Amino acid sequence: MTKKILNVENINKYFQVKSKKALFRKPASVHVLNDISFELLEGETLSIVGESGCGKTTLGRCLVRGMDASSGNVYYHTEDGQQIDFLKLKGKHSKQYRRNIQMIFQDPYSSLSPRMSVFDIIAEPLIANFKLSKSEVEQKVMEIAEKTGLNVNYLQRYPHAFSGGQRQRIAIARALIMRPRLIVCDEAVSALDVSIQAQIINLLKDLQEQFQITYIFISHDLSIVQNISDRVAVMHLGKIVELATTESLFSSPKHPYTEALMSAVPQPDPELKKSRIILEGEMPNPANPPSGCHFHPRCAYKTEKCVQQAPELRQVADNHFTACHYAEELNLQGVQDETASAI
Amino acid sequence: MTTQAARTEQPLLSVQDLKIQIQMDNGVMHAVDGVDFDIYKGKTLGLVGESGCGKSLTSRSIISINPKECETTGNIVYHSESEKALNNLNLLSLPPTGKKIRSIRGRKIAMIFQEPMTAFSPMYTIGNQIMEAILIHRTKDKKEAKKIALEMLAKVGISDQEKRFDQYPHEFSGGMRQRAMISMALSCNPELLIADEPTTALDVTIQAQVLELMRELQKELGMAILLVTHDLGIIAQMCDEVAVMYLGKIVEQAPVKEIFYNPKHPYTKGLLKSMPRLGGTKSKRLDSIEGSVPMPIDMPPMCGFYERCKDRIEGVCNTKAVPKTYISDQHSVRCFLYSDQLEGEAQ
Repeated sequence: MTKKILNVENINKYFQVKSKKALFRKPASVHVLNDISFELLEGETLSIVGESGCGKTTLGRCLVRGMDASSGNVYYHTEDGQQIDFLKLKGKHSKQYRRNIQMIFQDPYSSLSPRMSVFDIIAEPLIANFKLSKSEVEQKVMEIAEKTGLNVNYLQRYPHAFSGGQRQRIAIARALIMRPRLIVCDEAVSALDVSIQAQIINLLKDLQEQFQITYIFISHDLSIVQNISDRVAVMHLGKIVELATTESLFSSPKHPYTEALMSAVPQPDPELKKSRIILEGEMPNPANPPSGCHFHPRCAYKTEKCVQQAPELRQVADNHFTACHYAEELNLQGVQDETASAI
Repeated sequence: MTTQAARTEQPLLSVQDLKIQIQMDNGVMHAVDGVDFDIYKGKTLGLVGESGCGKSLTSRSIISINPKECETTGNIVYHSESEKALNNLNLLSLPPTGKKIRSIRGRKIAMIFQEPMTAFSPMYTIGNQIMEAILIHRTKDKKEAKKIALEMLAKVGISDQEKRFDQYPHEFSGGMRQRAMISMALSCNPELLIADEPTTALDVTIQAQVLELMRELQKELGMAILLVTHDLGIIAQMCDEVAVMYLGKIVEQAPVKEIFYNPKHPYTKGLLKSMPRLGGTKSKRLDSIEGSVPMPIDMPPMCGFYERCKDRIEGVCNTKAVPKTYISDQHSVRCFLYSDQLEGEAQ
């Protein structure tokens, strides 16, 4: 567990936005990812949470190189201990390592080609990467299909014949067939119904145990995140504001934003009377972020210092990093242990 | 079988034996199959279920806005205290484009939708669209209508209303748009608000704001709410009574605490267990419900949950239709495990 698999250092991403009003003005740029750094250990699940527009999907895409980061480095640690600058790979080299990092997308209705049979969808990455005989491909596809709980008799059908949960299994099978070491799951269960969601989460956990896969799990749903991850990174407006082990984060959050996020989750317990923290206003516009700490306009604990000075991500406890000036002084409210589990 | 003790209070709206059928290429789909429920003044009824269970069709049929393909039968009886002409009116018997339903739709029964971007027309300003409803139902005076619209915008917490009034939907953020839609729906003081997944498209923090707003406005205006959602967390926080739908039928109906602390139907139990909740730990596996929802096309009379049910009784659950059983006055369930009929046969 202590072996590193990915080292992300100071990733920045800018999007150019054309101004509609002035034709010849230099296009403005939006700072979508702001100096993101973290380490990823082999076999762990790191969740990235935040509201829409905070840059969590962009970060995921930069890591699989579905998009190029504007600056920064991602070092990939191979199994034999080499360090490779992942973002600078080109051509053949790129292909060799990129197959180790796969991605699963949110919407299984748009991420699978409607014109390919399920067998072809799952086999495509194999055929593109390796020279294998037909029977070898077939054998591998069958094996993976079984592992992901797909009915092997239905593989000649097309995606439209499958339900949402089944389609997500197909997407997982397609990612898994390359035997990746890292899978980036971008809201992989958000589009599914509750009962199906639980099936897919269990499947992801089982596969992790079986193949020692590392996950980056991008989600906005804190209850799922708590259930699946070892560590959690909370993002706000392109920055990681808190990074900690799941236990530490949920029992004693150190950033007011994390506290507010947790408090906002509606709990399935009608008697649970908790003092809800309801954030006023909305996420600030990333094209024109507020001064100092980006969270200060919505923060209940802000002071003059927060308006002027942006806090750095710093260590406040063992394995617990946060970007708040007052992390030590504030007594923030976490989530109590599961007490009301009557059912 | 215990019988339901009649509530003394008259319900605002009573849905009785509602059935919606859709003709498909491969048979008749029973999208909604015999749904009954009552909505009372000032109370919130939650309609919860997975996608495809018929919860949206049920809520839409109340104001007759389902697509033409839906063959709807049953009764939806509306009781209005304030207007004699609308008392004891069967909404389903009214022609869906007629004058009478149009005088109810938007004025007495209003609806808010899931996706505020598609619910607003992009071609008109927000103010214009809110004013439209007011001009039809409340006043003919444009100045007064604008005044009411501005008041409504203020009530739902939109600042700078004068400026916002003249903006187009695309200039609003998701949360703002949903607020604007609520203000539009409430602009005629409806007696019933139907909210179809009102916060599904929103972030948790914005969702908390919108739910809080709905609760406050309900307290202030005293309207009834029919809340359609798939999120049990929202149900727990918002509702007085809950109806759990599966495959076009209400499988369990009870006050909110009964549903969460004393669930009876295996599907309700399964749903509650499969939900990841804050306070759990990683090592814990979720209890999932196996399989997926079947298509309700030409179903024989049997329990729709049979194939996925852990407690199914072969030869009973898959051979006949499940009757409604009352566990207590207000708690009903459709499951043979609690049915007297079954015990009678066993003896």
